[in-house]
Amino acid sequence: MKRIITATVNNRSGVLNRITGLLQKRHFNIESISVGRTEVEGISKMTFVVDVEDNQKLEQVTKQLNKQIEVLKVSDITDKAIVARELALIKVMSSGQLRSEIQGIIEPFRASVIDVSKDSLSIQVTGKPDKIEALIDLLRPYGIKELARTGVTAFQRGQQPQQSELTSFSLLN
Amino acid sequence: MVKTEAKPDTSTGNKTKTGADLLVESLINENVTTIFGYPGGAVLPIYDALYRAKGSFDHILNRHEQGAIHAAEGYARVSGKPGVVIATSGPGATNLVTGIADAMMDSLPLVIFTGQVARGVIGTDAFQESDVMGITTPITKHNYQVQDVRDLPRTVKEAFHIASTGRPGPVVVDIPKDISANPVEGTFDTDFHLPGYQPTTKPNPLQLKKLAEALAKAKKPVVLAGAGVLMGKASEELRSLVEHYQLPVTTTLLGLGSFPGNHKLSLGMAGMHGTYAANTAIYECDLLINIGARFDDRLTGNLEKFAPDATVAHIDIDPAEIGKNVTTHIPIVADSKVALTMLGDHIKEAPQHKEWLNRLYDNKIQYPLWYNTPDEEMVPQWLIEEVYNVTGGNAIITTDVGQHQMWAAQYYAFDQPNRWVTSGGLGTMGFGFPAALGAQLAKPNDTVVAVVGDGGFQMTLQELSILQERQLPVKVLIVNNGALGMVRQWQESFYEQRYSESLLDVQPDFVKLAEAYGIKGMKIEKQTDLVNALPDLFEYDGPVVVDCRVLQQENVYPMIAPGKGINEMIGVKR
Repeated sequence: MKRIITATVNNRSGVLNRITGLLQKRHFNIESISVGRTEVEGISKMTFVVDVEDNQKLEQVTKQLNKQIEVLKVSDITDKAIVARELALIKVMSSGQLRSEIQGIIEPFRASVIDVSKDSLSIQVTGKPDKIEALIDLLRPYGIKELARTGVTAFQRGQQPQQSELTSFSLLN
Repeated sequence: MVKTEAKPDTSTGNKTKTGADLLVESLINENVTTIFGYPGGAVLPIYDALYRAKGSFDHILNRHEQGAIHAAEGYARVSGKPGVVIATSGPGATNLVTGIADAMMDSLPLVIFTGQVARGVIGTDAFQESDVMGITTPITKHNYQVQDVRDLPRTVKEAFHIASTGRPGPVVVDIPKDISANPVEGTFDTDFHLPGYQPTTKPNPLQLKKLAEALAKAKKPVVLAGAGVLMGKASEELRSLVEHYQLPVTTTLLGLGSFPGNHKLSLGMAGMHGTYAANTAIYECDLLINIGARFDDRLTGNLEKFAPDATVAHIDIDPAEIGKNVTTHIPIVADSKVALTMLGDHIKEAPQHKEWLNRLYDNKIQYPLWYNTPDEEMVPQWLIEEVYNVTGGNAIITTDVGQHQMWAAQYYAFDQPNRWVTSGGLGTMGFGFPAALGAQLAKPNDTVVAVVGDGGFQMTLQELSILQERQLPVKVLIVNNGALGMVRQWQESFYEQRYSESLLDVQPDFVKLAEAYGIKGMKIEKQTDLVNALPDLFEYDGPVVVDCRVLQQENVYPMIAPGKGINEMIGVKR
């Protein structure tokens, strides 16, 4: 099962190495990691998407992360009300006549063309991973020359629903 | 804060204080008295500062960095204080790796200072540069590279705090040469705040209540005591609790000594080479109370057959150990001493388990550890028992890994805490001998016996120099069966006796070897010779190396074969 885990960490050298190393050494499968600074100076936030077999494994991931001295807080936010976004850059083969066709495809995704060359278009799209997947699928027939994704970054919504009305958030199947 | 000894001695020609002097001051502030180390290019400034601070520390110049770190582990295990190691960059640091990994697995507090090339050339593959941070990250509790000399005193303080609190472990501080060499002025703030490191020591009362209730209902309770009891200095608390409720106790390999081995309630060690009584108790129990053990695979065997009918309670200071291998019903994150003390207050009703106890006592008598004694030749099990008898069970015993380790664990009934120094988790050959000299330095008045294999001893025997130099009265007993015994045993049992590279047919003359180092050496081949020699040997106030020739074909039994359950022992006495 895929889970979204966030970790607040001290922004010190070696932290990323320690964390990815521990995930690798204990055979936790990382789908994506994104890291960046937060509103607090010296504190960074990491968002992982991990693929774990069961709850016991999941518990181990969070406990092992928590055990690191530079890790301040670990949360599994998969089942919370969250906003989760990823950015993808997609370079598609495109000669002149196809450009408007591709424009038509990306428009409903609120994606934008950020670079044009003689035979390619570069598209930027932001959204939940399934939306990005869908756009990639639609663009694939045109020939994807290059694809780069940032991985998911996420946090909890400002307001969490009452426990009773909380339905499992199916962001990542 | 600065003590006078640490001040640079102007007579040596150096008037300004350096980063290395700050390090020395910090070590003095941490009450460090013994340092195990080896100099080299990147730590020259540190060794110069140590020279200026002469008299403040006893620096042991081990003859290999691996010897230094294993000695520091032995020191830490028996003293409870962090072992301190200094090594240079590159090969100095990489030679420490085995010991760091060993200390990580066995939760030993170590603070390790490695030199690093100067900041300006880090990352250029400079002479004797190695990525110490990268190499040691997965095998340390924490590690630091000092980037600013002003951080140094605080970093050292943090390192000692992290190494010795919570679940102890090794902490590496990597110090670039320019940081230790450059002059510094002023004093620096050493206050630290580690919001990401707040070990839970007090147990959750609700979970304690649950455990007390489970205990009241239990018909077949058993306590599993691990090294966490020793780390938490909770032996007394454990003893008074189990005596009060008449709870049978088994220990892990590293938990030996946490509960008296000769106590009526002791079932002995559990696990792969544990006693029948202990393993059967775990298999059949309805309540298993694990205190400070991590359910290692050498203890549990096949997990599906481990305590299948039991409610499992686990007291551990490391939350990540709870539920890692064995499903736990009553998790208690706490310091063992605090938890045991508080648990006593929660128990309202004692378990009724007379029948169970009688059965376990019966198992102890019916299926004891056993071996056959030939007429003249020595068998290793007997050898260990003789050592036990002559030392009255009071010696500190260190070992490597393998057959001799298991025999020492089985036949030297440890009645006191912190007298058993062995490489458990990592299973490191060459650990026992240097660990013994570290233990002897920590406890100068105690008898220290290094029980080592002929294979393991040859991995770190260069440390014999230290015995001679310091006249440390360590007794080195080589359990010499001319083989890598445990490898040979597994090849016999599981590889149809194909002894691939496990027989040591050619060996040095250990007596001459000892003598070459200026140490008394002896070779013993017969039982009577050992019986005659042992009392004098322990009377002798100096180091001795004894080459004890034992029968090669002896195997460690009983045994749980790999993949088998704790109820499927072979080699139990019939």
